[in-house]
Amino acid sequence: MSGDVGSLAPAPAAPAAVRATPRARVDSLVWLAALLLVALALSLFVGRYPAPPLLAPERLLTDELAQRLVWNLRLPRVLAAVLLGMSLAGAGTVLQMILGNPLVEPGFLGVSQGAAFGAALSIVFLSNAAWVVQGSAAFFAFAGLGLSYFLAHRLRYGGWVLRLVLAGIAVSALFSAGVGMLKYVADPLRQLPEITFWLLGGLWSVTWPQLRAILPVTLLALFVMIRMRWRLNLLALEDATAFSLGVAPTRERVLVLTAAVAATAAVISVAGMAGWDGLIMPHLARRLYGSDSRRALPAALLLGGLFSLLCDDAARTLLAGEIPLGILTSLLGATAFVILMMQRTLRVSR
Amino acid sequence: MNAPLLAFHDVRFGYGANGKTVFQRLTLGIEAGTVTAVLGPNGAGKTTLLHLALGWLKPQGGRITLRGRPLADYGRGELGRLIGLVPQSEHNPFEYSLLEYVLLGRAPYLKPLEMPGPQDVRIAQDALARVGLAGWEGRSIARLSGGERQLVLIARALTQEPRLLLLDEPTSHLDLGNKARLLALLRALVAQGVTIVLTTHEPEVAAGLATHLVLMRGGQVLEAGPLPDTFSGDRLSAIYGVPVKVAQVDGRQVVLWG
Repeated sequence: MSGDVGSLAPAPAAPAAVRATPRARVDSLVWLAALLLVALALSLFVGRYPAPPLLAPERLLTDELAQRLVWNLRLPRVLAAVLLGMSLAGAGTVLQMILGNPLVEPGFLGVSQGAAFGAALSIVFLSNAAWVVQGSAAFFAFAGLGLSYFLAHRLRYGGWVLRLVLAGIAVSALFSAGVGMLKYVADPLRQLPEITFWLLGGLWSVTWPQLRAILPVTLLALFVMIRMRWRLNLLALEDATAFSLGVAPTRERVLVLTAAVAATAAVISVAGMAGWDGLIMPHLARRLYGSDSRRALPAALLLGGLFSLLCDDAARTLLAGEIPLGILTSLLGATAFVILMMQRTLRVSR
Repeated sequence: MNAPLLAFHDVRFGYGANGKTVFQRLTLGIEAGTVTAVLGPNGAGKTTLLHLALGWLKPQGGRITLRGRPLADYGRGELGRLIGLVPQSEHNPFEYSLLEYVLLGRAPYLKPLEMPGPQDVRIAQDALARVGLAGWEGRSIARLSGGERQLVLIARALTQEPRLLLLDEPTSHLDLGNKARLLALLRALVAQGVTIVLTTHEPEVAAGLATHLVLMRGGQVLEAGPLPDTFSGDRLSAIYGVPVKVAQVDGRQVVLWG
C-alpha cells in the first residue's frame, strides 16, 4: 500500500500538493474574480460608438451621448452577460453533479427547449411584448422540468438518473417539434424573424427594466447554489450512500435543481438560446480547480460570466451588424467541447 | 442478555408495489459490540438487509429499531452519526482527491450549509492513515485500483465515527495483504465498541472476524446465531447448494468447496 507515491504520473489537472490544501487555491479564485471585474469594466468601453472597438475613457467626461450609452445600454447589457454566463455555468455544474454525469447541461431536462417553445408560442399567439415572451419562456422552462420529472417517475426502465435524462430528451424533442410547428404557422414577415432571432440568442434587447426583472430570481438562485456548494458533492453520490451521510437526497436535489432551473429560465427569457456555457464552464472549472465543488462551483460561475461577457463583447463589435450571441457561444463552446472530449482524462459513468 | 442494538421485528419488504417480495417476516437482533457476518448466495437479499438497517429502505410491514427506538423516528443527521455504510463499490465520474472524498464522511456532523473545518480535515487524514493510505491525500480517486477505492470508502465511513458500521462485501476487491489489514482494522474498531454488520461471499472472512452469523437464502434467514453454533459445512452447503466442508488448520476454520 505504501511506497510508490512519487512514481505515478501526476494528475493533469492540478498538482497533488495544491489540491490537498483548499486554502492554497482561494488566491487564484480571487484572481479570477478580479479578472472578471476588470473585463466587466473594460466591456463598458467596448463597442461601435464612436468607432470600433473602443470608446476612449476621457470622452465619458464630455460626451453626453457616450455617458447615456454606457449607463443606459452597455452597463445593463454587460451585467446581464455576466449573469447569463454565471447562471448557465452554475446550473450546468448543479445538473452535472446531481445527475452524476459530466456531459449534461441545462438543455437537458427539457428546460431550454421548453423556454424556446414558450417564447415562440407567445410571439405567434399571445404577444411579442417582452414581458409576455419572457413570462411564457420561464413558464414553459419550468413546465419542461416538471414534465421531465413526472415522466421519469412513470418510466419503467433504468435507474433514476437514466430515467430523468431519457425523460428530458423526450420532453426536449416534444418541445422542439412544437417550436417547429410554431415556425411553420408563424407569419413569415412579422413573427418568424422574431422567433429566429430569439432562438439565436442575444442581449441587444436588455436594458435596466429587463435586468431588474430577472435580478431577484437569478441572484437568489446563485446564492442558493453557492451556499450549498459543498453539499453538491454529497448529492453526486448514490442515493443510499448520500442518505447514510445524513443527506435527504431527493429533497435537497429538488431544491438545488429548482434554483438551477429558475436561474436558467430567467436568463434565457431575456437572452434567448445562448447555450454551451452550461456544459463547458463546469468542465473547465474542474480541470483548473479540482472536482470538489467548494471551489469548482465558484470557479464555474466566474468562468461562465467571463465567457459570456467576452462573447457578447465580440458579438457587438466584430461586425457592423450584431452577431447573434448564440452563434458565438455555440461556435466557441462546441470547439472547446470537442477538445475536452479528446482529452484522455474525461470520464463518464452511470 | 442485553437488548439488541439493532432489531428487525417481522419485517416485510419488497421492491415496488407489486415487485418481488424480498423479506416475508424477517426477525433478527444485532447486539452491541458484535460482528455479524451475513452469508448467502447472490440475490439472497444481503444488500437489501443492509439498506433496511441503514433506514434508507423502509419496511412495508413490521419495524426496525435502533437502541429500542424505531429507525423512522431518528433524524437524518442523528442517523448519519450512528450508522455508517461502506458500499461494495461506488461510481463517481469526478476526479476528487482522496482527502476531499473522505471529508464527505463528516457531513452528518455539519449543518446543511456548513463546510468542513480544520478539525474535520484532521479526522479525515487520520481515517486515511488508518486504512493505510497516509500521504495519499492529494491523489485522485479516479486513478486508484478497485481495492484502493474500497479502502477509501472505508476511510470515509470511519470519519463518520459511527457506532454501527455496515459493510457491503468490503473484501471483494482486496488482495490478501489488504484483506488481512482490513480485518485487523475492523477488530480494532470492535475493541472500541463499534458494532459491525458485513455481508460477504467469503466464509473465511466470516470465520476469521465474526462473532455472529446470519445465513440467508432467497430472502429467508435460514439460521442466525453465534458463530460456533452456525458455522458448519452442512449449513454452508445448504445456502450455496454445493458441497462445502469446514476444516481446522492451525486452529483456524478453512472452507473447502465444490
